[in-house]
Amino acid sequence: MRVRQFVARPKFLIPFIAFVAVAGFFAAGLRLDSTLVPSPLVGKQAPEFELPVLGQETTTLSTAQLSGGFWVLNVWASWCVACRDEHAILVELAERGVPIAGLNYKDEPGQAKKWLRDWGNPYFVTVVDRNGDAAIDWGVYGVPETFVVDSGGVIRYKHIGPITPEVAETKILPLWDESRRQS
Amino acid sequence: MKVLTGGFLLLALVLQPCMAATVEVLDFDSAAEEQRYTALIDELRCMVCQNQNLADSNAALARDLRERTYKMIRGGNSDQEIVDYMVERYGDFVMYRPPLKSTTYLLWFGPLIFLSLAIVTFFVYARRSRNREVPVLSYAERQKAQQMLDE
Repeated sequence: MRVRQFVARPKFLIPFIAFVAVAGFFAAGLRLDSTLVPSPLVGKQAPEFELPVLGQETTTLSTAQLSGGFWVLNVWASWCVACRDEHAILVELAERGVPIAGLNYKDEPGQAKKWLRDWGNPYFVTVVDRNGDAAIDWGVYGVPETFVVDSGGVIRYKHIGPITPEVAETKILPLWDESRRQS
Repeated sequence: MKVLTGGFLLLALVLQPCMAATVEVLDFDSAAEEQRYTALIDELRCMVCQNQNLADSNAALARDLRERTYKMIRGGNSDQEIVDYMVERYGDFVMYRPPLKSTTYLLWFGPLIFLSLAIVTFFVYARRSRNREVPVLSYAERQKAQQMLDE
């Protein structure tokens, strides 16, 4: 029975193959960062907010006023250590013309202003979310977080954690270029 | 012994305020409302600590989301509306019990598939070993074996 032999022989290999498969899954699992949860908001309309502007606390700004063009929303706070890591990159993006709005999350306005004086201000406007309500609407669960909104008001990309040069180069700038080509 | 008891009492007294700090005093119209609140914060995941639910977590975001849940209950939202609100913003991951849909079929039925695979394998092997012929030794062979054992 040649067929029988053919079937019988690889049987020795079954545990080995199973082991390799399981090990492969585990190895892939180790590489995944479980703290990164894909946002259901990507591809959807940017949530509304209506918040006071940092520095002009009597004026408020809404998502509606910001939409109509490409913009980036960066959620930050002066108490957030990781925000300092990405700050230089944000300043550079702003210098290259990318419009970035800041959402100052659960911060003390005085501290926030000092931070911008000390480290440079990449934001064309910063809105103040003192109690974090607007951030909940945007599904923010850690600072910093960054959203890219296109001219249609749709969130195209979300980054959780500090922006790296790679993220700026491969995710944010291409979307910015795309929006400029369209307009 | 008395000193030891005293020490424990002192320790309990010192630790008590930290434990009390995590409990929020909330007003509910009815016991049913409060029950809904406790059930919801039990079912919803804290996105910061991930292995804790909103009820257990001390993270600032968990506190905010508990407050949001409370406000929504008081505002007359149904449980489903509150869960939908959270899922819209934080994704299915916010639920401890993931919904049944095409992307979660493997999650829900995976264990069942593995179990049936194991059962099938077991029966196939069991049948095969039952059918296997047990080699019968001839008289000469048996004697030889006995000899070897005796040595």
